[in-house]
Amino acid sequence: MDYTFHWRPVIKALPDLMEAALTTLEAAALSMIIGIVLGLVLALLRLHGNRPLYLFATVWVEIARNTPALLQLFFFGFGLGAFGWHLSPFMIVLCGLSFNNAGYLAENFRGGFLAIPDTQIKAARSLGMSASQSYLHIIIPQVFRLIYHPLTNQLVWAVLMSSLGMLVGFRELSGETQFLASNTFRLFEFFLAAAVIYYLLVKIVLGTSYLLCRKLFRY
Amino acid sequence: MSTEVNAIQFFSGFQVSDLWYLAKGAGGTIVISAIAISVGTILGCLFGWALSVSRWANMTLGSVLDVFRSVPLIIQLLLFFNFLPILGLPVGPFAAGTIVLIFYTAALVAQVARGGIEAVPSSMRNAARSLGMTYWQDIRYVVMPVGLRAVLPAWTGVALGVLKDSALVSVLGYIELLRASQILVTRTQEPFIILTIVGLFYFALSYPISKMTARLEQRWQYD
Repeated sequence: MDYTFHWRPVIKALPDLMEAALTTLEAAALSMIIGIVLGLVLALLRLHGNRPLYLFATVWVEIARNTPALLQLFFFGFGLGAFGWHLSPFMIVLCGLSFNNAGYLAENFRGGFLAIPDTQIKAARSLGMSASQSYLHIIIPQVFRLIYHPLTNQLVWAVLMSSLGMLVGFRELSGETQFLASNTFRLFEFFLAAAVIYYLLVKIVLGTSYLLCRKLFRY
Repeated sequence: MSTEVNAIQFFSGFQVSDLWYLAKGAGGTIVISAIAISVGTILGCLFGWALSVSRWANMTLGSVLDVFRSVPLIIQLLLFFNFLPILGLPVGPFAAGTIVLIFYTAALVAQVARGGIEAVPSSMRNAARSLGMTYWQDIRYVVMPVGLRAVLPAWTGVALGVLKDSALVSVLGYIELLRASQILVTRTQEPFIILTIVGLFYFALSYPISKMTARLEQRWQYD
């Protein structure tokens, strides 16, 4: 083995990597929030929408679930260029991840809605709540409780998927790593550092979610 | 300037023959994901079995497999691909991509397989053993029929995930569907239509399988 490892460039670049890791978390969290809102809407459209709305939601969900996330990112990045829409790298990642998250979460939400017994909504309505009130105060909190773990998994996926931003020029953890690696020619060292940081990020996300779960869903 | 560029036919529009090129790319996707899924599943089942029988394996192997699920695939690919020259091994993009995908699949399948084994009630297995079945007979005739049904949807999810994630091997330079599309986009400058066609290719690969599993799952519920 004629290779000498040089860790100094990595240590010198650690602050940059940490900042990039924060960008990764931001992008993942933001795409998750948008994904939850869109996913809820899509799930409700698939359950209660009229024909055209049902079709729209179904097409969205099936495309998001049956094509690679990277292709979806490329579509927002390069495909839309055909119409003269040029998004910034951050917007490409945000749109792509939100689109993907919404598709996956819609199915989770749909399963959650189907698992709530009908009697719950009947009871809410008979207590004088309006339809939207009963959804907002009775159904949706229970759905969130049911799909909390899939939701956490999706957030972890979002963190991992945001690494695709590297291929559309977004400087999150992977993009920054690649930039630094090709600047210093220490490819292996930098990618190993990125792998370690991603591992820690995922553990932090899972740990936070576990603590939050104990706080939120304790009876 | 631009007329000169056009004069030497630097760019040319999308042609029907390009569809054949994309189809060959799809062949690359199918080959690499088929290898990764089949070998990864076998390996993953072994890992899953080890995880379920031994606490020691659970701690060591479990935490190693956890790394594959906690680091983005693209980083795993680049890390492994850049690690090989350090060892002095000249391995091409296809081999490197396949190896990483196999272990990635195995790590995901191990979790599924463990779930399947644990889905079989221990009373059922004790009953099998007390009827005189050996350990492996118990695995073959009791655990597998019950466990496989329980985890088929999860396994299909993993397999389809790997099929889609195989697009990332394009980063190493292996020409599969996505890489083929990028090459065509560079030549034709028509990203919208090409990405749409590639999307349809992936959809055609993935959608029938997911629908079939959903139907199978529904049928099994009434058995």
